[in-house]
Amino acid sequence: MMILTDLTIAEARNLLIAGDISSVELTEAHIRAMEATSSLNLFITETCEQALSKAEKSDTQRLSGNQGKLEGIPIAVKDLFCTHGVLASAASKMLTGYTPCYESTVTKHLWNAGAVMLGKTNMDEFAMGSSNETSYYGPVTNPWQRVNEPTVKLVPGGSSGGSAAAVAARAVMGALGTDTGGSIRQPASFCGVVGIKPTYGRCSRWGMIAFASSLDQAGPLTRTVRDSAIMLGEMAGYDAKDSTSVNIEVPDYEAALKKNVKGVRVGVPQEYFLEGMPKEIQCIWDKGITWFKEAGAEVKDVSLPHTKYALPTYYIVAPAEASSNLARYDGVRYGLRIEGKDLQEMYENTRAEGFGREVRRRIMIGTYVLSAGYYDAYYLKAQKVRTKIADDFRNSWKSVDLLLTPTAPSAAFVQGEKINDPIAMYLNDIFTVPASMAGLPAISVPVGLSSEGLPLGLQLIAKPFDEELLFRGAGLLELAANFKEKPKLAA
Amino acid sequence: MAELLKGTKGDWEVVIGLEVHAQVIAGSKLFSGATAEFGAEPNAQVSFVDAAMPGMLPVLNEESVRQAVRTGLAVNAIINLRSVFARKNYFYPDLPQGYQISQYELPIVGEGAVEIDLPDGGAKTIRVERLHLEQDAGKSIHDLHPTKSYIDLNRSGVTLMEIVSKPDMRSADEAVAYIAKLRSILRYIDACDGNMQNGSMRADVNVSVRNPGDKLGTRCEIKNVNSLRFVRQAINFEAHRQIEILENGGLIDQETRLYDPDRNETRLMRSKEDAHDYRYFPDPDLLPLDLEQAYVDELKAGLPELPDARKKRFVDDYGLSVYDASVLVAERDTGDYFDSVAKSRDAKQVANWITGELFGHLKKDGLSIKKSPVSAEKLGGLIDLISSSTISGRTAKEVFEKMWQTGNDAKEIVESEGLSQITDAGEIEIIVNKVILENPKNADEVRGGNSKAIGWFVGQVMQATAGKADPKAVNELLRDKLKA
Repeated sequence: MMILTDLTIAEARNLLIAGDISSVELTEAHIRAMEATSSLNLFITETCEQALSKAEKSDTQRLSGNQGKLEGIPIAVKDLFCTHGVLASAASKMLTGYTPCYESTVTKHLWNAGAVMLGKTNMDEFAMGSSNETSYYGPVTNPWQRVNEPTVKLVPGGSSGGSAAAVAARAVMGALGTDTGGSIRQPASFCGVVGIKPTYGRCSRWGMIAFASSLDQAGPLTRTVRDSAIMLGEMAGYDAKDSTSVNIEVPDYEAALKKNVKGVRVGVPQEYFLEGMPKEIQCIWDKGITWFKEAGAEVKDVSLPHTKYALPTYYIVAPAEASSNLARYDGVRYGLRIEGKDLQEMYENTRAEGFGREVRRRIMIGTYVLSAGYYDAYYLKAQKVRTKIADDFRNSWKSVDLLLTPTAPSAAFVQGEKINDPIAMYLNDIFTVPASMAGLPAISVPVGLSSEGLPLGLQLIAKPFDEELLFRGAGLLELAANFKEKPKLAA
Repeated sequence: MAELLKGTKGDWEVVIGLEVHAQVIAGSKLFSGATAEFGAEPNAQVSFVDAAMPGMLPVLNEESVRQAVRTGLAVNAIINLRSVFARKNYFYPDLPQGYQISQYELPIVGEGAVEIDLPDGGAKTIRVERLHLEQDAGKSIHDLHPTKSYIDLNRSGVTLMEIVSKPDMRSADEAVAYIAKLRSILRYIDACDGNMQNGSMRADVNVSVRNPGDKLGTRCEIKNVNSLRFVRQAINFEAHRQIEILENGGLIDQETRLYDPDRNETRLMRSKEDAHDYRYFPDPDLLPLDLEQAYVDELKAGLPELPDARKKRFVDDYGLSVYDASVLVAERDTGDYFDSVAKSRDAKQVANWITGELFGHLKKDGLSIKKSPVSAEKLGGLIDLISSSTISGRTAKEVFEKMWQTGNDAKEIVESEGLSQITDAGEIEIIVNKVILENPKNADEVRGGNSKAIGWFVGQVMQATAGKADPKAVNELLRDKLKA
């Protein structure tokens, strides 16, 4: 029997076109899957009724022969995107009751392509976190379990933890995430799915609740590389409403998958070899290198000497921008307001109660590094280092076309394990942050399991706007790894 | 013209720098498509961007950039081909984003200069330090409810140019002349309507005092002064306040003050201790603004003739006095009006008619020169009738009055009411003879040497001709016939 929730987007698309299944059936199956996996706390808001009525429309639409590339495909949206008439919480108490009357550009593109929204997924509050434990709506549980300790609850990674886990758990066929320092790639790695952060400027940020404006970028999470290519193709594009959006035509990413990687030069950045890195991470990395060699790619060592500064620099730049971006949550116009005896106290009460600990911590750091007297020493210096990091990558493109690294320094960890140790938590992003700092596209592909039976991902990084090559490289990893395992807690 | 202020212990020099905020005529706000017109219902002109809704992003309005560059060129300033928008972070209920987008380290316009006209007829150059673009904030309204404040975001995001001068002014007169000159330039190029009452133009005034020739004293900034009169009063109050403190052995605290026009005093708003740490940094939602020299050159070529150039032309080409010229060029419309009347006419006479009759009538009826019932063409027609001696200057004033009331041409009025001057010497002579014959006593008086009495005869002749006789001809005839 065909299990509808196990289909990939590409498979479902073919069955829908052939008339073998309907969008309503597909949507109903996923609604049942959402119910079956409700203990994972994947969603902040479920929009099942709207989804069904959209699915019906999709079925009619298809009969007319006029259908979008994602016609009738059930997906989820990270609760960082504003969608018309649906709570947009950013997983924060601060946005209690906030339902925007506008639609983010990226989601508008997806609905225009026919996608069906099943709900808004859980995430770290304002996208700040690497474990999805900072959500006001409670943590998300990773559908994967350790072989030997099946009762231990694991984190799905963050901040797009709900989106990654929902895709892994078969509750949706694909999900929208956002990546600032690794928030798509790291949870993709932890949940055994594909996640791509496109080039900064590739997808519009309009209607996406800002964390760190110079880094934030929307991207899809799916179970296959092809599905990511299909989704990104629909999301991407120039938007005059986002001044950092870049006006370059969107290529046919799916078509790019037809090409192999023969002759492609793949760099292995030596600085990504960390002391004390788990053996199994090293092991999958070595495997990746071998697969590329076997496929006729040219693998060589490269040096990105400023890599070691990327994480500390990121933790200056991102909180700085966040402290400013989150200033608008002041209790005056929307969301939470806690009264006080005067205006000042109202601000203080509202922001103290509305923001969780991690958000408050980053606002404090950001405010500090931008303060008069510290600006030059921290923020300005960080910007200079950021340029050096980007220069490293630019230099490497002289000799290679892609860079291959692990996505995260470990597999998914136990809930509560690192939540009180911010430094340990921040180290999760050590491999993903440098590409973010340079605005480069990067993808995480699941390639194997750890000794505990947890998924591990490899990351590929490409030149700006070379997502096509990224998909080709990811396609090779996917093919070679032949990763077919499914989490225990999947529907 | 260093005007010194008298203290009890000696003379003091006041040093003034100005930050003028001018609302840019740009069709829409600096970073959103919302309109920026004055006088709309509260919160009727607010986009999602202006209200800082989550996920909203700023998009720079090109017209604002164009106007800033034109203004920069009009004050002879350097245009910075690369400028950067920065966030100025602070919390205030009428500042929805929690930051104002402004330009900080790299403004769009660098150093320039404005020449001001001094009351003694001289001129002085005031240096401009920079001009940058920034968003206006909204408005808090505190008097609608006993405990609550209301917020109107109509102004939120409106484009302002902040034009910062160097501390080059030495008296309230100079400060006022500077603002007036800036306003004149802004209006010439249609970059700002210059309406201080509606808040389209307002000034932050930096005032310090010093013993003449000393280094700069500590300054106080008087925020948001919104009329030329208040600028003058605020400076004078503030300078004397500082002098009194210093003469009593005190020190000036660097602080921000407010001017209260009702009590004519400045009051403390905030001291340096609680000055904001704005945490400026480049706005990551906006790329640096890069302009091409060709774009700047094109805008420069498209600028209209500016007040200073026009004044010089009026003096050089029309032979006007510097004073008359500066009065006529202060507003672009007045200058245009003058230009079109003065072409091929006696410029001095035209200037007199405009600054006299026309200005008087406009002021009385509260009209702008654009709305004048007597157009430039019509005033020209009237002056032509004077030049051709068809009517006398005195009759012309009556005709002007009738033109003002009816909007008719001077020629029509003169013809329909038979106001043409009698210039035929023979016709006048008959009347002169008649008046002399009828008044022998008075004639003898004149002949006896009382030359003043001749005026009485002129009056009689004019009366007899209903004012239509050419007074010059009447005078000559009378003098001839009443010679002793």
